[in-house]
Amino acid sequence: MSGRVLVGVKRVIDYAVKIRVKPDNSGVVTDGVKHSMNPFCEIAVEEAVKLKEKKLIKEVVAVSCGPQQAQETIRTALAMGADRGIHVEVSGKDYETLGPLHVSKILAALAKKEEAQLVILGKQAIDDDCNQTGQMTAALLDWPQGTFASEVSLEGDKIKVVREIDGGLETIKINTPAVLTADLRLNTPRYATLPNIMKAKKKKIANVKPADLGVELTSRLEVLRVDEPPQRLAGIKVETVGDLVSKLKETGKI
Amino acid sequence: MANPLRGEVFRLYKNLLYVGRDYPKGSAYFRDRLKSAFMKNKDVTDPEEIQKLVARGEFVIKELEALCFLRKYRAMKKRYYEPEH
Repeated sequence: MSGRVLVGVKRVIDYAVKIRVKPDNSGVVTDGVKHSMNPFCEIAVEEAVKLKEKKLIKEVVAVSCGPQQAQETIRTALAMGADRGIHVEVSGKDYETLGPLHVSKILAALAKKEEAQLVILGKQAIDDDCNQTGQMTAALLDWPQGTFASEVSLEGDKIKVVREIDGGLETIKINTPAVLTADLRLNTPRYATLPNIMKAKKKKIANVKPADLGVELTSRLEVLRVDEPPQRLAGIKVETVGDLVSKLKETGKI
Repeated sequence: MANPLRGEVFRLYKNLLYVGRDYPKGSAYFRDRLKSAFMKNKDVTDPEEIQKLVARGEFVIKELEALCFLRKYRAMKKRYYEPEH
C-alpha cells in the first residue's frame, strides 16, 4: 500500500489543566486556558508518521476542524512528521455545537477528495469523551474499522489490527481502505521540539470550509446545563474501634 | 564567548524554554530556575567546557520530554483504564 493517510487531530483543553465550569453553567471556561493536541490524536499522528518512515505509505495529511487556533494543532502534527495540513474552518456558534457527526461527515468527504487509503483518529477526545467520530466516519464511507487499536500491521492490501477490548485483546484482519482509532498502548508519540516546529512552518496548511465539502453544521443537540461533579465530602476520623462501630450504627450502615 | 558556540547556547536556551512550558510545577518556575542555571555559567570561556555544558543541557531536554510524556501517559491510564489493566 503506497497511499495517503488522513489523520484527524483535535485541539482540546490541555489534560493537566483544572477545568472550571462557567458561572452560568452553560459550559466550561476556555478563554485564556492552555490548549493542546488531544493525547489520543498524538498517538494517531505518531502511528501515521511511523508508517511513512517504514515506507508503507507515501503521505500523511493532518486535518483539524475549528477556529484559527486549530492551526496550532495542525502545526504540531506537521512538526511530528505530517507532510501537509488541512484546516477546516469552523468558528463561533458553529464551533460550539460541532460534534462527532459533523466531523465524521467532514472527514469522510475529505477522505474521498484526497483519495486516502487510511484514516487514523484518536479513539476519543478528552474533552467530550464521545468515542464516536472514528466509527461514524467508517460507516459514512462504508469502510471497515479497527477501533481501540493497540497494534497495527500492514499485510499486503489488508491490515491486521489488535484491539483492546474488555477482558483482553482481539485480533482482526480488515481490508483497505479503512478507518483506525488509536488506543493508549499503540505507540509512544514523539515530542514536537522547537526546531521541528520551525521546520514545519515551511509545510502547507490548506484552508477549507465545511460548505465546500457539502457538510451542514446544524446541530440536533442542545446542551442544557454543565455542572461540576459533586464535591467529595471529607472523611471523619475515629479514635477507637468502639467509636467506629457506633458511628456506623449512627449513620444506619449497620 | 566563542562566536559559533554563542548561537548554540542561545538555541539550547530557547529549546529548553519551549519544553519547560509543560513543566509540572509551571512554566514560570521553570523559567526562573533555567535563567539562574545559565547565569551561573555565564563567565565560562573554555570552548570544551561550553560544549560539555551544552551537551548536559541537551540531555536535560531529553529527560524533560520523558518526564512530560510519562506524566501524560500515567494520567490517561488512570482516567481511562481499569486498575487491573
